[in-house]
Amino acid sequence: MTEHQLDVTVNGRAVTATVEPRLTLADFLRDRLRLTGTHLGCEHGVCGACTVLADGAAIRSCLVFAIQMQGAAVTTVEGLTPDGGGLSDVQEAFRAEHGLQCGFCTPGFVVSVTAFLDANPDPSAEQIRDGLSGNLCRCTGYQGIVRAVQAAAHARREARDA
Amino acid sequence: MKPAPFEYHAPQTLEEALTLLAEFGDEAKVLAGGQSLVPVLALRLSRFEHLVDLNRITALRYVGAADGVTRIGAMTTQAAIASSPDVRTRVRLLADATARIGHFQIRNRGTIGGSVCHADPAAEYPAVAVTLDAELDLASVRGTRTVGATEFFTGPLMTVAEPDEVVTEIRFGPVVSGWHAQGSAIVEMARRHGDFALAGAACAVEVDPAGRVRSLRLGLFGVASVPVRARAAERAAHGAVAADLDPVAVGRAAVADVSFAADVHADAGYRERVAAHLAGQAVRQALAEARSAGPAAAAGGAAGPGGAV
Repeated sequence: MTEHQLDVTVNGRAVTATVEPRLTLADFLRDRLRLTGTHLGCEHGVCGACTVLADGAAIRSCLVFAIQMQGAAVTTVEGLTPDGGGLSDVQEAFRAEHGLQCGFCTPGFVVSVTAFLDANPDPSAEQIRDGLSGNLCRCTGYQGIVRAVQAAAHARREARDA
Repeated sequence: MKPAPFEYHAPQTLEEALTLLAEFGDEAKVLAGGQSLVPVLALRLSRFEHLVDLNRITALRYVGAADGVTRIGAMTTQAAIASSPDVRTRVRLLADATARIGHFQIRNRGTIGGSVCHADPAAEYPAVAVTLDAELDLASVRGTRTVGATEFFTGPLMTVAEPDEVVTEIRFGPVVSGWHAQGSAIVEMARRHGDFALAGAACAVEVDPAGRVRSLRLGLFGVASVPVRARAAERAAHGAVAADLDPVAVGRAAVADVSFAADVHADAGYRERVAAHLAGQAVRQALAEARSAGPAAAAGGAAGPGGAV
């Protein structure tokens, strides 16, 4: 099968690669770029563990082919942390509110919540639950995750108003 | 899980896409948002020699509104539809349905054209298209044809679209008259939030200034091989005094001529009871919205007589 040249920006860095069309974005990120923060759970769009940002929009990286990201800017969980280390505000809130236990689903949640809070800076409890519905967690339970989103939203409002 | 190998094509224009599809025939599959097709490929339920990706064809991404007709380009994402003021004011049922599709990450990629062409019997957009008598334009190198939504769906995951055809536009409206109060509702029951529905119902109603039902359209989805209209229940409601209409009775009538499908999620009897309840609920909510909306909804302004009653 014909391979294609892919030019894509990943976490701010320009990447050029030759890819087989059937290579999913998730496998490209993990196997080719070694960005293994993006996790693969179900590999057919149900669990949300592989969520990344494509031009700012949260998408399932198992449901797009890498070649479809031609010219796009992709952000993975690795790209959300501040330069020089440390945690993003969303990650900090997940830690503070017991929003993770085993951590497998956490990258997907963190990416989804980051996009969700950009679009909904002041979400209601109901909006938060709706916004989280595309990510599955099988061990922590969702209460801590909902609290983490509330805490992150609160922290962002404080920072904005300060 | 990895899809089998395929050749990838990313045409920039519809004409290029149609030429590719004409060349490859049933060895090719159109890739729209991919939120259903990619899992099908990954699970190897199906495989194609060629994928023709429409995502580069920006001319197929639009919402346009004129003369009471709302035109939506097939590659318009569900997220774009959800945030379109034209859709919200003119095709409220479509806006409400969009919020029920999957999750926001899915709606960022998923498209209206992809959803109708995938033709999942439990999906929201096919149900709304059938309920609102939407029209679909299909293009191929052989020409363009228009098909009504009811004729478009032929079975589970099956439509009248030929392998070389692309759905380019879905049209809703026009609204019959700005004189009539309108209401709509879509309700569904799923085991988990965002899952495909075990059963669902969509209703759009118009009530004339005298308080009589001018039209009532009621669609059921997730209950049979294609979304179905409850024609007998619709006819029975026509002309009735809206305030006297019993939504529970309409819901019961709606399921009378449907032969319900059983699957691992629900047997036929259960599904029938759920569908009857949901149909009644959709009718009740649509009527309530029409009552509170009053006549001369903004959406009908262009086509209606324009004056106050």
